[in-house]
Amino acid sequence: MSIKPGEYFLQGNEACVEASMLAGAKFFAGYPITPSTEIAEGLAAKLPQAGGEFLQMEDEIACISAVIGASWGGAKAMTATSGPGFSLMQEAIGYAAMTETPVVVVNVMRGGPSTGQPTRASQGDIMATKYGSHGDYQVIAFAPANVQEMFDLTVKAFNYAEKYRVPTFVLSDAEIGHMRGLLTVPKEVKIVNRKEKGVRRSDEAYDVPDDLVPPFPTFGKGHKAMVTGITHSGKAAIEPEDPRIHQELVRRLNEKITKNRRDINKWEVIEPDSKTMIVSYGSASFGGREVAAKDDRIGLLRLKTIWPLPVEPIAEAAASCDQMLVCEMNLGQLYWEIKRVVLEAGCSRVEFLSKVGGEPPTPGEVRHKLREMGAI
Amino acid sequence: MELFDLYRKDHWPHVFCPGCGNGTIMNCFFRAFNDVGWKLENTVFVSGIGCSSRIPLYINSDAIHTTHGRAIAFATGLKLSRPELDVVVFTGDGDLGAIGGNHFINGCRRNVDLDVICINNNIYGMTGGQASITTPHDYMSTTTPQGNKEYPFDLAEIAVAAGANYVARWTTRHVHELTKSMRTSLTKKGFNFVEVVSQCPTNFGRRNKMPDPSALLDWFKESSIRRDKVRAAAIDHVDLNLAGQVTVGEFVSRDRECYHERKGGGSHGDGH
Repeated sequence: MSIKPGEYFLQGNEACVEASMLAGAKFFAGYPITPSTEIAEGLAAKLPQAGGEFLQMEDEIACISAVIGASWGGAKAMTATSGPGFSLMQEAIGYAAMTETPVVVVNVMRGGPSTGQPTRASQGDIMATKYGSHGDYQVIAFAPANVQEMFDLTVKAFNYAEKYRVPTFVLSDAEIGHMRGLLTVPKEVKIVNRKEKGVRRSDEAYDVPDDLVPPFPTFGKGHKAMVTGITHSGKAAIEPEDPRIHQELVRRLNEKITKNRRDINKWEVIEPDSKTMIVSYGSASFGGREVAAKDDRIGLLRLKTIWPLPVEPIAEAAASCDQMLVCEMNLGQLYWEIKRVVLEAGCSRVEFLSKVGGEPPTPGEVRHKLREMGAI
Repeated sequence: MELFDLYRKDHWPHVFCPGCGNGTIMNCFFRAFNDVGWKLENTVFVSGIGCSSRIPLYINSDAIHTTHGRAIAFATGLKLSRPELDVVVFTGDGDLGAIGGNHFINGCRRNVDLDVICINNNIYGMTGGQASITTPHDYMSTTTPQGNKEYPFDLAEIAVAAGANYVARWTTRHVHELTKSMRTSLTKKGFNFVEVVSQCPTNFGRRNKMPDPSALLDWFKESSIRRDKVRAAAIDHVDLNLAGQVTVGEFVSRDRECYHERKGGGSHGDGH
């Protein structure tokens, strides 16, 4: 029932639905919330036709909980939401990180805090994605900037969630989710399935060391798996008070992502040797992209992976330019993370173009800021 | 299978206090489980947070000990992704009725094939004896030092009203009746709810002049009354109701089509 190779004219959220089906999603639990609802509606129609389950739950806490439960049954499982629902999911996201459960969460971001701007785009959930649940943990997050990437990065989100047994996010927004555009579905799409305990496979996808990502003991296969959010040892024994076991566990959960950053990080560069580099992602990059395409003095580093932060490409761009401009649709979230990397790489001037209110920065606004910086 | 083989022995000693009702309830459950011929290999136990939620970790099967209050939601996802597996939820009064109340009523309504066993000890035991949603009116806890000002929930009556397929309530004093209801629950399809009023001598009894577990069991015996004989008293829909009674028995046994049995349909729409 998956989409056939070819060209399509689709909405961002519809592209996400098609990508999920192609990636092998078998379970979706959701709760209606603007601007993500089309994803639930699309999967409500498509999943049952492909032997999957669609479930509308009583709230977003129940959604993410059901998704984690389904994942332990062995299904590729996902949910889609926006700001308020995303806030409700945070405890269970930490649980998924602690129990190493592959889940995909699509967050079609809208303006916050609180109910904010349900129909307007925002990038306000960047830090909440990485730091929203308590404790030290890592996640993987992708930021699509068009309909094609909504498709590509949703497939990647499933692949990386499975590969690293980690909650993985697609940080879209109202702009990308509701945008209509061209989607090209290639003939071959790489699909990764989780490494199951007790199943021998010579799959090149599992090039992560075994001691960092343990094989997944799917329920109902005689593993007597014991899954718990309490600190547990390799043998899954509950060890809430042993400092060494907690340290080993939490460090491994973090290192399995940070040590594999080069595998996870995706980005795009336009005009890499420009004197001024714009760093941006998602719909905040629209304005910068147009400016960089027309002006030799301006380049663009567009991040497709947000978490873990693509340190190397940022440092590389910083080392070869005079100044940088970070462009985000929030009051400064990834800016501070990027600034730290840029300063360490030896570029001392990092400016920030911030826009909230629901509209991406226009090329004119980006040029105005660049003029202030003396870049053009 | 020997009952003893159902325990995951490598995780002993367990965390339960001396005199706790959890052992009795596990014993009753294991007997029912064996009687109906269920297999550990085909069963997953799901729980939230609290003393009762530790039970799955002592059963020699797949187990998932989840976040506080959400066990039914986790179990719903699991059951729908693997309908061939049997899924049993162990939960407590705080886990099910307070923080997880929404999932409880919606679970009853949704009617996915799950067996939910709620161990109601009228208190938050694991955190040291705070009032719960089933602490009786005027009873003492660490957070109600002048007696509980609130009135308790009647979890079984809520389950009946919310549409559960099967609802029963017993106390740890009613081991035979409890085992029988657990058997019925396991054999029936749909969302089946068995509440067990259980003793917490450490954190409930000690503060309410019943520090001896047997005193609590005597209290259960004296105050429990069959629901079918006490319809008039059911006006006080509270666990230990205002007449000082716990209504016990089989509350309802329905045969509604369960969620994942339903195929096609949509006869009220125009086909879209």
